[in-house]
Amino acid sequence: MNIVENFDLYAPRLVDKEEYFSVGHRACQGCGEALAIRLMCKALGKETVIVNATGCMEVISSMYPTTAWKLPWIHVAFPNSASVGSGVEAGLKVLRRKGKIPDRDIKTVSIGGDGGTVDIGLQALSGAMERGHDLLYVCFDNEAYMNTGIQRSGATPFGASTTTEPAGLASSGKKAWKKNVTEIMVAHNVPYVATACHSYPFDLMNKVKKARKIKGPSYIHCLSVCPTGWRLPPELTITAGRLAVETGVFPLYEVENGKYRITVEMPEKLRPVEDYIKIQGRFRHLSADEIEMIQEKVIQEYNKLLDKVNNLHSWSDLKE
Amino acid sequence: MTKRVGMEIAFAAAEAAALCRIDVIAAYPITPNTHIPEHLSDIVADGRLDAEFICVESEHSALSACCGASGVGARVFTATSSQGLMFMGEVIPIVSAMRLPVVMAIGNRALSGPINIWNDHSDIMWQRDEGWISLFASNGQEVVDMIIQSFKIAEHRDVMLPLNINLDGFQLTHVVEPMLFPDQGEVDRFLPEYKPYAALHPDHVVSMGTLGLPEIFTEAMKAKDMALINSKKVILKIWKEWEEQFGRKYEPIEAYKTEGSRILLLTMGSMDETAEAAIDELHKRKISAGLLKLKLWRPFPSEELRKAVKGAKVLAVMDRAVSFGGASGPVGAEIRSALYDEPDRPLIINEIIGLGGRDVTLEDFIQIAEKAAMAEKKKPKEAYEIYGVRGS
Amino acid sequence: MADKKWPETWQEINPGCMVFRPGNAREYHTGSWRAKRPVYDFSKCIKCGICYIFCPEGCISQDADGYFVADLDYCKGCGICAHECWTGAITMVEEGKP
Repeated sequence: MNIVENFDLYAPRLVDKEEYFSVGHRACQGCGEALAIRLMCKALGKETVIVNATGCMEVISSMYPTTAWKLPWIHVAFPNSASVGSGVEAGLKVLRRKGKIPDRDIKTVSIGGDGGTVDIGLQALSGAMERGHDLLYVCFDNEAYMNTGIQRSGATPFGASTTTEPAGLASSGKKAWKKNVTEIMVAHNVPYVATACHSYPFDLMNKVKKARKIKGPSYIHCLSVCPTGWRLPPELTITAGRLAVETGVFPLYEVENGKYRITVEMPEKLRPVEDYIKIQGRFRHLSADEIEMIQEKVIQEYNKLLDKVNNLHSWSDLKE
Repeated sequence: MTKRVGMEIAFAAAEAAALCRIDVIAAYPITPNTHIPEHLSDIVADGRLDAEFICVESEHSALSACCGASGVGARVFTATSSQGLMFMGEVIPIVSAMRLPVVMAIGNRALSGPINIWNDHSDIMWQRDEGWISLFASNGQEVVDMIIQSFKIAEHRDVMLPLNINLDGFQLTHVVEPMLFPDQGEVDRFLPEYKPYAALHPDHVVSMGTLGLPEIFTEAMKAKDMALINSKKVILKIWKEWEEQFGRKYEPIEAYKTEGSRILLLTMGSMDETAEAAIDELHKRKISAGLLKLKLWRPFPSEELRKAVKGAKVLAVMDRAVSFGGASGPVGAEIRSALYDEPDRPLIINEIIGLGGRDVTLEDFIQIAEKAAMAEKKKPKEAYEIYGVRGS
Repeated sequence: MADKKWPETWQEINPGCMVFRPGNAREYHTGSWRAKRPVYDFSKCIKCGICYIFCPEGCISQDADGYFVADLDYCKGCGICAHECWTGAITMVEEGKP
């Protein structure tokens, strides 16, 4: 029986039925990212402007003359979701102040894939967060440059085979560990930072709602399963996300003003990482030793997180 | 009341932009245009201008933020030079494709390699095909006037294109000049409030920056080309309005003492005024020479050029950038191309001068005029020459 | 806005390739991509809405009786709904089979 997080079984029926991301988009069958976007939009509501970096979501949703977006939406280029978002936010602020647009709260939300956030977009993201714009940035992390054909990114996990760092006779896939941009955001003193996953839809939507209320920068890192790039059957998209969380590979937590909290009920003992790895073709070349190495690292990272959860205080408590 | 004030031209550019009631400035410092954003930030900090000044962390972010702000309907302004212009280069064609009326002042500076912070036109010549309207200022007054005109041109419903005003780095940006500044009321009368064609807002949902498949891309490029070509009508109309309100005339190509001239020089930017002085000197020496000052670079004024060179025997085109390994300098190539089909076109010589801040003097122009006179008798072997280079 | 024939002429193309019809992606029926389609046994359906929440297309909605059903014009046949359904009310059946 699949665990569908700790919520009332009938809660999906209470969710706002409005779809701000329409049918007819060209995402692959079973695309986790499309699902995550759909859920994010439900949590944001219509008083939103979306800024989208080049990537899967931009390409599949905006083929002229059609658009799947029922929210105001702008795409400019690959590395600049956060900087275009900074301009949108500043523009809305000043136009509202000058009375040129109605006096309403409109949230600017910049979205990008792991490519447009963790690698090429990191500068713009860092600058926007440092300047403190009232901007929510959501990174939809499918762990490679999926749109251009599954090339390796800074967010690709250790050992994964991608087209630019493939597994072969002399190599075992990615040699470096996943870049932790979530922690980079905490280091920017962003008041609300969280990880999320579409397999925990209510956790994701609640986090988006929380971030939306922040008057300042906020960041959500959303793991988005890609059946095409991770090489698993499309019906396992939700399962894979769940396993990422239950094995501790991608724990779901939030950091509010420095206070860490794990936001979903975790199993007493983390599931073995092999359960997560074995369903994905991108890891099928890994040896038992390599899986053991990954297992150790996952435990270590999870313990690092628990250490923060148990010991770190909210920044406001640390003023004296 | 229009006031005559002496100040550094870069500061004047900032004052002019502020008079236009801009909403958002997103700029990154780079010599020699830095004084423009610096002075603007002073104006905002003093409360003289109600605007958001975004201190972006790079030029790429500067132009990107301008896109975002323009996308929601704000009036935006930025400034850069050289490497900064290149760093935002990826976004430059996107702004014109998206029809966002961003106005940018470029303090023209040499492109690196070796790094050089002084004036030449290699930065803007690198950007000539990107769909922006491009103006060149000869002096500080033109900088002030053009900046105010730019917003009206760019935002016009029949244009909707970004625009750059080119002012030579150091030669103009850091020069103190007395200039006439219209007051706020006069500018408000000339420049109406910006009413965007489309704006990002939940009340009128739009998707901007969509994907263009091969089936539609050619048509999108034609539309962009036509938008730029057709903008000339609007530019001329607005220049007429400017002349009516402020008394100063602007033309795509301004002629100086060209009537009956055998030899014509063609210049752009601050060297225009040096060339003018040279023409006066040449006239004293009874040499038949005139000057064409090219102010409208894009859309290129082919018609005006053909009219302007009628009757001349030699045209010396000045370039302030090299098109390495090319058939001519950038401006030389443009001029030659525009005049190729003219039955009585003048002989063209192409002099590349003033690279990386090297001074362009009155004496240089006298010599170039003499070269032009000699070229009539004996055509030079090379299509272009890097003037004054040491070593033969 | 009057319907323009595709592909548009250069004069017809919206400035900046902007799109003013939010959600008109629905003009393209992605259901044609399907290799398998969901088949329902409503006797097992408890109307929980899990399939609705997890559909990446957002093409599942409630019919007049409150059962959640996929819109076959758009269903890409990924099988997530069948896999996630608590009660096994949904089965994926190959297209072309009754």
